[in-house]
Amino acid sequence: MTSAGAQSRAAVEVASLGKDFGAFSAVKDISFAVRRGEVLGFLGPNGAGKSTTMKMIAGFLAPTRGQVWVGGYDIDRRPLEAKRCLGYLPEGAPAYADMSVSAFLTFIARMRGYRRRERRSRVAAAVEKANLGSVAYKPIETLSKGFKRRVGLAQAILHDPPILVMDEPTDGLDPNQKHEVRTLIREMARDKAILISTHILEEVDAICDRAIIIAHGRLKFDGTPQQLLCMSSLHNAVRLRFAGNVPADAAARLLDLHGVGRVNQSDEADQLMVLPNNATAIVKQVAQLARAETWQLQELVVESGQLDEVFRRITGPAEAAQRGEPA
Amino acid sequence: MTVTGAILRRELGNYFATPVAYVFIVIFLVLSGAFTFYLGGLYERGQADLQPFFTFHPWLYLFLIPALSMRLWSEERKSGTIELLMTLPVSVGAAVIGKFLAAWTFTGIALALTFPVWLTINYLGHADNPVIALSYFGSFLMAGAYLAVGACVSAFTRNQVIAFVFSFVICLVFVLAGFPMVMDIFQGWAPPALINAVGRMSFLSHFESITKGVIDLRDAIFFLSFIGCWLMANVIAVETGKSD
Ligand SMILES: Nc1ncnc2c1ncn2[C@@H]1O[C@H](COP(=O)(O)OP(=O)(O)O)[C@@H](O)[C@H]1O
Ligand SMILES: [Mg+2]
Repeated sequence: MTSAGAQSRAAVEVASLGKDFGAFSAVKDISFAVRRGEVLGFLGPNGAGKSTTMKMIAGFLAPTRGQVWVGGYDIDRRPLEAKRCLGYLPEGAPAYADMSVSAFLTFIARMRGYRRRERRSRVAAAVEKANLGSVAYKPIETLSKGFKRRVGLAQAILHDPPILVMDEPTDGLDPNQKHEVRTLIREMARDKAILISTHILEEVDAICDRAIIIAHGRLKFDGTPQQLLCMSSLHNAVRLRFAGNVPADAAARLLDLHGVGRVNQSDEADQLMVLPNNATAIVKQVAQLARAETWQLQELVVESGQLDEVFRRITGPAEAAQRGEPA
Repeated sequence: MTVTGAILRRELGNYFATPVAYVFIVIFLVLSGAFTFYLGGLYERGQADLQPFFTFHPWLYLFLIPALSMRLWSEERKSGTIELLMTLPVSVGAAVIGKFLAAWTFTGIALALTFPVWLTINYLGHADNPVIALSYFGSFLMAGAYLAVGACVSAFTRNQVIAFVFSFVICLVFVLAGFPMVMDIFQGWAPPALINAVGRMSFLSHFESITKGVIDLRDAIFFLSFIGCWLMANVIAVETGKSD
């Protein structure tokens, strides 16, 4: 019965999930799924409800409404089976501070039911994967933030789980450490289902196959990073840099072109930003016009869009969200 | 139950990794020795039994055991490791039992280290060793009752000092149950059945009958079921309190 269920469901399935803290509703009716081989980025501003959602997925918080399946198991009814499929990195990577890294990971291996020999090899493998060799015998409380985060990662991947849920795995790390953690996640991505929360947008582009955005406890977007970029008003916009000053009639001529919605004068005197209607491609028309008018151009760049602009629009106040939505 | 064993090991190791274990054991040994030989007048009694030694245990436990149990759950809540622990494949019940057994094992070790007192009494005269063994067993059971209260209380707060104070007060009530100080609180309003029940909850009377060498299964059952009830309350406290 349960094995049949385990087959037919995605690695992680969240259905109409909701969580109230007293009168305050932190998560409202969120549904999504994470499939094997996929890295799903979970985005949202601080306080959006990312951690609360992840805690419910990991079986730490009981949902007020809705259901969660992890590895096909209902986290509420079969919590132990679900938790065995799952590696979870809680926000802030809590760990027993007075234990050494190796003692801590050994404890985790015991909790995962590994016997002596396998325990040793599991701990050794996790230490190596998370690059903790140099600090294996140091108490966790003496480690730097980056190392502590990696201890949390090592703990989560120790049993090589098919599903990984990580709450802000790169928060507070320096650029090198971020890069390392992302590399590690990408390496593991092939045969796992990975859900990572972040409020860093570059992360989505760097490691995620798909992204969901929540704000004020509600799902606002579910799609690929590319689709997210397409929602940018700058998507397919053309930036022109002239040799010298912008010709006086350039803006007016550009506005006459088919598909052009707006022309913005940027801060620099020699640049124009040509924005399309409905994110259509306008580069051809713009280039033709430039040639016909024999404008002296230094640069003609097609913008792919800016994630942070889309992010702000999606997660911001309601009225701003209406503007520029693709049809 | 490998997970219970894993938690037991970790907690027990934690006691010995910090000065807590050594401070506790030294204070326990010094105080129990001092009480026994000076206050209790072990030498002067001219009797080869350990009655004075055990008489002081309920009072020693009253402040020593909450010091052992106060961090069991409150520390997990404060540092956030409870989220780590409760998302590992372990039931709350198994975790509660693991932590409780660790602390109980530790008191067992402390109790065992009082063996010089026992050696002394055997050296002094013909000791009644079965009664002494029974008393040790009774003391161990009673320590478990204190610990169960302390572990449960520590799951209600992230503050160890608060856990200590409340454990102390609740244990004091159970030590003194049956004495006027506690009974007066219930006198006048509570039904006689409840007053009677409270009177029977006294740690002191159950412990005393064990140390007198009276083998009455009911005393052991009292402590064991007392422990069971508080551990169940502990499970509920962990489940409801973990989220905030
Ligand atoms: N235990 C709690 N009790 C009350 N409110 C909470 C609790 N945990 C989180 N919240 C509230 O729920 C909202 C979502 O929090 P969280 O899920 O941590 O957001 P995020 O991880 O996206 O930054 C916040 O407004 C937060 O204050
Ligand atoms: Mg968060």
